[in-house]
Amino acid sequence: MQPFRKHTGIVVPLDKVNVDTDQIIPKQFLKRIERTGFGRFLFYDWRFSGDGKESGTKTGDFVLDAPRYAGASILVAGKNFGCGSSREHAVWALADFGFRVVIASSFADIFANNSLKNGLLTVRLSDEQVADIIRRSKQIANYRLSVDLEALRVDDGQGFEATFTMDEFSRHCLLNGLDDIGLTLQHEAEIAAYEAKHPVPSEMEIDMKTILAR
Amino acid sequence: MDRQWAKLESMPRTLFEKIWDAHVVAAPTGQSALLYIDLHLVHEVTSPQAFDGLRANGRRVRQPLRTVATVDHNIPTTPRGLPIADAIAAKQIEALQNNCREFGVPLFDMDSAEQGIVHVIGPELGITLPGMTIVCGDSHTSTHGAFGSLAFGIGTSEVEHVLATQCLPQNKPKTMQILVRGNLAEGVTAKDLALGIIGRIGTDGATGYVIEYAGDAVRALSMEGRMTLCNMSIEAGARAGLIAPDETTFAYVDGRRFAPKGKDWEEALASWRTLASDAGAQFDRVIQIDAAALAPFVTWGTNPGMVVAVNARVPELTSFAQEGDRRAAEQALAYMGLEPGIPIENIAVDRVFIGSCTNSRIEDLRSAARVAKGQHVSPKVRAMVVPGSQAIKHAAEKEGLHRIFLDAGFEWRESGCSMCLGMNPDILQPGERCASTSNRNFEGRQGRGGRTHLVSPMMAAAAAIAGHFTDIRNWQFR
Repeated sequence: MQPFRKHTGIVVPLDKVNVDTDQIIPKQFLKRIERTGFGRFLFYDWRFSGDGKESGTKTGDFVLDAPRYAGASILVAGKNFGCGSSREHAVWALADFGFRVVIASSFADIFANNSLKNGLLTVRLSDEQVADIIRRSKQIANYRLSVDLEALRVDDGQGFEATFTMDEFSRHCLLNGLDDIGLTLQHEAEIAAYEAKHPVPSEMEIDMKTILAR
Repeated sequence: MDRQWAKLESMPRTLFEKIWDAHVVAAPTGQSALLYIDLHLVHEVTSPQAFDGLRANGRRVRQPLRTVATVDHNIPTTPRGLPIADAIAAKQIEALQNNCREFGVPLFDMDSAEQGIVHVIGPELGITLPGMTIVCGDSHTSTHGAFGSLAFGIGTSEVEHVLATQCLPQNKPKTMQILVRGNLAEGVTAKDLALGIIGRIGTDGATGYVIEYAGDAVRALSMEGRMTLCNMSIEAGARAGLIAPDETTFAYVDGRRFAPKGKDWEEALASWRTLASDAGAQFDRVIQIDAAALAPFVTWGTNPGMVVAVNARVPELTSFAQEGDRRAAEQALAYMGLEPGIPIENIAVDRVFIGSCTNSRIEDLRSAARVAKGQHVSPKVRAMVVPGSQAIKHAAEKEGLHRIFLDAGFEWRESGCSMCLGMNPDILQPGERCASTSNRNFEGRQGRGGRTHLVSPMMAAAAAIAGHFTDIRNWQFR
């Protein structure tokens, strides 16, 4: 995983609450079996006309496509961002599009977990702070923020400053780009001991083997 | 079944805490707890990249017999012998078949008698049991909480993590009790209870929490009803929703194919009987709901919290106190093609979908059939019934439910997720309005430009016949 320490980039405002993962990446793009290439389908139904197939035309109306936000790497949105479906494709699409940070006043649990596994930083600020950033990003040309995970600080160098919190372990993993499967496997002895005490129930084992054999 | 729920300390604990404590493998200082996962359900859409990750790192599936796969999300619901027309969907299904073969994971494939929606077949086969930890790369995994198991949805990276280690690092969520006092009125179902709760607390009302549903109205629910209620927990943002197991639970599980038998059953039962929140256990938040005050609900907007009683009206924009919510409501109504203030019963529908992991079980189909019996679907409506599993389909056919539906003009399909998320060919056309028993009315969820109204199976069947929403409490059953 790509480590995250500090990032400075252009901010694009998505001034909506409850943005669900069906909007971030519509279901018609979930059939792909790769992890890559989802960026061009990001917010597809909001950005492209047509029948929802890959051949749609970009309308240019959606904020992400406005020339002034070209190259944005920080997305700021209203509360409960990423609610709904557990599809990690939503995070893959945001990251593949070039986003390193999403700022919102709250995030859905599964989305926040998925982001963490992909080096996409989710920053929780208050409703007022989010509104302030949205206002600034609409008013100020080329509006940029610096997000510092070591210092747990966001600042725009022109008067906006905020601190945020994150649980220590998640922060540690993100800062160092740690593969958490590797971390879990360091507990092999404890997992094995647990499994010795809690074997697969016998009916389950026998029946599942029958399913495997057919 | 030697799970120890008892703890030396006499501190009263919630049901959630008992299950959590019994599954902590390691609690390293400064890290998340490592939780053991008893059952990992797998489907075609969120697993291919996880299996690729295993291959890339030379890892195996640690516990293939605690892993169960099926195909549900993108399979067609047309007769099973036909080839899958969508080449990309076919490739994804083939990837699951190959992965299961390569890693030794049991698969209930398209042509098997056990195939069905992953959250329907787990309980139906007795794979889902009380006290378990259950995960799946699907947010509606919360369904299994109906059995008093801790069940939650995960992303694909976490799917890979569980495949490789059978564990997940987890931060302990907070606990919320939703106490539903009194009884649901005739015509008011578990679906309406779920929608009523989400309407009250909002789609982020339970974010960061595990909900335990309790109270007389919850106790009175069948297992099917409890699954519907727990299924929708995620729509309130909850990590999971659960209900303490009782005689209703045990009677449902008893004799199911993978459930414990004989002496194992007796032991399991004794252990499961301790799975209840202790008297005096503290929840971080408690919400009380008066069951008698609930009505059959219909969503009017683009998230499940945008909901009113069927005999009410689409809300006025002035009724929203928060600016963000008012703007969201305005956008939702524009998308839905609705005006504020119109009576819900005046809204005509083009399509009806009865199915999904929320409402596709035998009891759901029975209740819809009761409404449809001797009636006919409005000529302006196309209505579809999609059983949750092959087993449900066959049970329904044995009872003659399919005849009632077919005679009334409903389509009777093969099992799968179908139009709940429209990954297969069952989708709404732009502008089409649908009464749906599924769980999400997000923009484009059932097809780009499609307009979804969430309702109970009875309300959906009634809308199909009337051609518009109608209060099931006034229905003339034939």
